[in-house]
Amino acid sequence: MRQPAASYDRYEQDHATFERRLSPNEPAWLRGLRRRGLEAFSSLGFPTGTRGNERWKYTNVGPLARTTFGYASAANGSGANESIIRDIAPWHEDWTRLVFIDGSFSPALSSRQTGGKGMHVANLPDAVSRNGVAPEEHLGQYADVGEDGFTALNTAFMQDGAFVNVPDETSPGAPLHLLFVSTGRDAPTVSHPRSLIVVGRNSRLTVLESYVGLPGASYFTNAVAEIVGKEGSEIEHHRYMMESPSAFHIGATRVTLERDSSYVSTGMAKGARIARNDLSVLLDAPGSSCDLKGLYFTSGSQHIDNHIDIDHAKPNSSSNQFFKGILADRSRAVFSGRVLVRKDAQKSFARQSDKNLLLSQGARINTKPSLEIFADDVQCFHGATAGAVAEEALFYMKSRGLDEDTARRLLIAGFAGEIIDSIQLGPLREHMERMFSRDASEIGVLAAAS
Amino acid sequence: MLEIRNLYVSVAGTEILRGLDLSVKAGEVHAIMGPNGSGKSTLANTIVGRPEFNVTDGDILFEGESLLDKMPDRRAVLGIFLAFQYPVELPGVRNRQFLKAALDAARTYRGEEELNVRQFDTIYKAAVEKVGIDAELMKRSVNEGFSGGEKKRSEMLQLAVLDPKLAVLDETDSGLDIDALRRVADGVNQRRRPDNATILVTHYQRILSYVVPDYVHVLLDGRIVRSGGRELAAELEAKGYEWVKESADEKAAV
Repeated sequence: MRQPAASYDRYEQDHATFERRLSPNEPAWLRGLRRRGLEAFSSLGFPTGTRGNERWKYTNVGPLARTTFGYASAANGSGANESIIRDIAPWHEDWTRLVFIDGSFSPALSSRQTGGKGMHVANLPDAVSRNGVAPEEHLGQYADVGEDGFTALNTAFMQDGAFVNVPDETSPGAPLHLLFVSTGRDAPTVSHPRSLIVVGRNSRLTVLESYVGLPGASYFTNAVAEIVGKEGSEIEHHRYMMESPSAFHIGATRVTLERDSSYVSTGMAKGARIARNDLSVLLDAPGSSCDLKGLYFTSGSQHIDNHIDIDHAKPNSSSNQFFKGILADRSRAVFSGRVLVRKDAQKSFARQSDKNLLLSQGARINTKPSLEIFADDVQCFHGATAGAVAEEALFYMKSRGLDEDTARRLLIAGFAGEIIDSIQLGPLREHMERMFSRDASEIGVLAAAS
Repeated sequence: MLEIRNLYVSVAGTEILRGLDLSVKAGEVHAIMGPNGSGKSTLANTIVGRPEFNVTDGDILFEGESLLDKMPDRRAVLGIFLAFQYPVELPGVRNRQFLKAALDAARTYRGEEELNVRQFDTIYKAAVEKVGIDAELMKRSVNEGFSGGEKKRSEMLQLAVLDPKLAVLDETDSGLDIDALRRVADGVNQRRRPDNATILVTHYQRILSYVVPDYVHVLLDGRIVRSGGRELAAELEAKGYEWVKESADEKAAV
């Protein structure tokens, strides 16, 4: 179950250095949490798909385990400035922004006013020193270090990150953007971004979590986000991953929902040599619901894995998963969505769907939606498809004068449009449309030539 | 405008058209009638270059140039349009976007500038009105979730927007109620000009009560066995395809 990795020693050495540099004023609970993370990582290591480890069956993280990444210790941020970032990431002046460069908080690139607009937003260490209660109450409570090595590693190295707390009965006017930029200097580096988002009773939050890399940068992003929706809250969460083609990205999102709260998310994933979007939602009270959409786009020899876990723990909870993939060249994608409906969760509703467009013969999708139902009065549906661009549609379009490339581009963009059009956050939707029409035209040419 | 000479076409190894000749001049409307399996749809699809239809002999000339070496998109920008018998759904592709791309492709080929949004809108709105199609419906993806009648109407909208030199309507009249049928007939009548031509491929005489063709051809076993004026359609209606078949057999026997 554990990858043989030349780099385990390096992680331990780096951790020793990391600990020495920490502030002596840090509370004991935080030190203890990190220590538990390190211990868990030492025993778990990086996962393998062998011996029945279903969660990692189709994704081999061997190349990641074999690469030695140095810990990006100091805020360095060389090569990243606002204009470069705006070029590669969604951006809007009105958004409240928290920016991290190679894992370190960048006050210069972040919004000056991060509080006062109906939410408390801060870099994690600042939140810990200023207001210890909320971080202590929630941090590490939802992302279990004993669950997998990546979360354990993230917890061991936890330092900078986003702390977001929306008080009860509040709706911040501006969307929040958590932006993690990797610059990938000469040697491969690793960062362990951590986010904690707590949305209070009957409150509302729109948050965009972006992971981008400078072109050509080589790095490993090991992110963990914990999200809690209190009673009656509404969370709109967008996860935008556009890593550099030689990067590794492992992202875990752990969502816990209380009574009558809702969580709506869209995940966009592109880039990265190996990427994993690991999303779990715990529907922990009656009336809680989640609506998860995703769009992944792979080319070259990239590998993107979406692993979705939904736990219907209580009655009258509902979940909807709708994912779409576009796969070019010799790339590969994995979709494994598991829905668990516990015995208690009567009158629950669950639907999962994954549709894939394969642009070349060499592209492969492993899609494995699954339902585990222990309640007897529920409605559950699942389905998956994979297919090529329909020849009949291409001929129809050509018969109207469109050349092969244009026809393919329109069909591919149309396929993605079903997800993109549903994005409520206007500037993000427009960013996706722009980026997508550009990429789809490149892919269209490639597919026609092969 | 269109000159088909001794055309032989096979589909998946089966010969469907066997020595078909047809000449269509600018300003004319031709009706091609025939029973099921006679090769009507094969003819329509071969003119626009559907890949599975193999021309094994003969030629198709459009404005004096052979079409056989031209891809379907090239034929389209030259001014040939097929209204499909079964229009295809294009999920996520918007009607306006699709039609503008089609119109721009033809303009670019002719060395004209692409239309700006306002110019396109003028053409598009006029066509929507003319065809009498629900503007709300057209905000959807091309043909997606359309009823059979709506799909046919959408084909007529495309025809009106693209205004091709040669339009081939493949059974556009079938499966329509009388109002929808009249709309299709109006569409054909309105486009009638000295510089364009229309070929109506149909199984039924019905539409010919509203569109007066210059020529009627009867297609049987992959060949045109009889050509005449509009009165031929009425005769067919009265006597049925069996009559043409018998007289064609007699002719062959002589």
